[in-house]
Amino acid sequence: MTSFESAIAEGARIEPRDAMPEDYRATLIRQIAQHAHSEIIGMQPEGAWITRAPSLRRKAILLAKVQDEAGHGLYLYAAAETLGVARSELYDALLTGRQKYSSIFNYPTLTWADVGTIGWLVDGAAIVNQVPLCRCSYGPYARGMVRICKEESFHQRQGFESLLALSRGTPGQHAMAQDAVNRWWWPSLMMFGPPDADSPHSARSTAWGIKRFSNDTLRQRFVDMVVPQAEVLGLTLPDPDLRFDAERGSWDFGPVDFTELREVVAGNGPCNAERLAHRRAAEDDGAWVREAARVHAAKHAQRGAA
Amino acid sequence: MSDLWEVFVRPKRGLSHVHVGSLHAADAELALRHARDVYTRRGEGVSIWVVPSVQVTASSPDERDSFFDPAADKVYRHPSFYEVPDELQI
Repeated sequence: MTSFESAIAEGARIEPRDAMPEDYRATLIRQIAQHAHSEIIGMQPEGAWITRAPSLRRKAILLAKVQDEAGHGLYLYAAAETLGVARSELYDALLTGRQKYSSIFNYPTLTWADVGTIGWLVDGAAIVNQVPLCRCSYGPYARGMVRICKEESFHQRQGFESLLALSRGTPGQHAMAQDAVNRWWWPSLMMFGPPDADSPHSARSTAWGIKRFSNDTLRQRFVDMVVPQAEVLGLTLPDPDLRFDAERGSWDFGPVDFTELREVVAGNGPCNAERLAHRRAAEDDGAWVREAARVHAAKHAQRGAA
Repeated sequence: MSDLWEVFVRPKRGLSHVHVGSLHAADAELALRHARDVYTRRGEGVSIWVVPSVQVTASSPDERDSFFDPAADKVYRHPSFYEVPDELQI
């Protein structure tokens, strides 16, 4: 048994300079990078509403949340870099489409209610996905996730509060909240990935202690968590097959359209092109700032040396 | 691409600085500012150190056993090595 295998068997953490199989390293780089890209692209759907938030309070909250997404992206890029990949390679992989980000951010935010719904459903699904990653076998990833999960709970609660205000507001506001939930429900269920039978790398990731629960297990956990919350909100979920199975102690739900998931991942979602174009423009627009900082640093280093 | 910096945060007075992660910055001053924005958005720290990652010299995990072995056979460094009467409160 190698030191890597015995560490995994004991449930010990793997740290950056430890020996590890190349596939383990490659799998982690891909997963952590995809996760980081999702946080960075994930700033856009909600960021679009910062200037249109209905009050100063909501605007300050939304600004803080979008800043958190940036921070989460940076924690994760830092974790990926400990595996020997450069930040510039990761950015390049995102901008050229070689690496993916979560399919959920390719849907548009049409109304203010979408912002609350994203907080409630999308961040809720993210938490269900991410909490087990706090015990992932790779130390820097696990430590980043602990930090992220702490901050995500604010995200979900603010979303719930915002949506509750709309649901209990005027009939027009209530209808807007219901419409947003109707549009985001199924894409949120797709966030857990393809069904277990079509998830080819799951077994290996589970053996390596990267993945703790299967896609379908986490999807079910999310449904069971959210159905009672929808009731408190006074909103319905757009699934006629939703019913409680007393024997399983869980909610049955209708079939998820995984063809749509495949299409969105393949680049054919409503906003794929827009999200990447926006990210590329931000990268280009910021180039002069990075250049100025570099020149300033070089000049001061020179003066210090003289 | 700018340099990589390791970030250490003192969570509160009386505690040591602890490594929290890394970031990219053109110089030390910007590294400190970025560290504040990335790692202390919720009052997680009262002091930050930033160190260029290339300046860190680390022990090698491959030599972990031989490197730390010398400590293993000196059990007399631990108080439990010594037998004293039960009634003695030390």
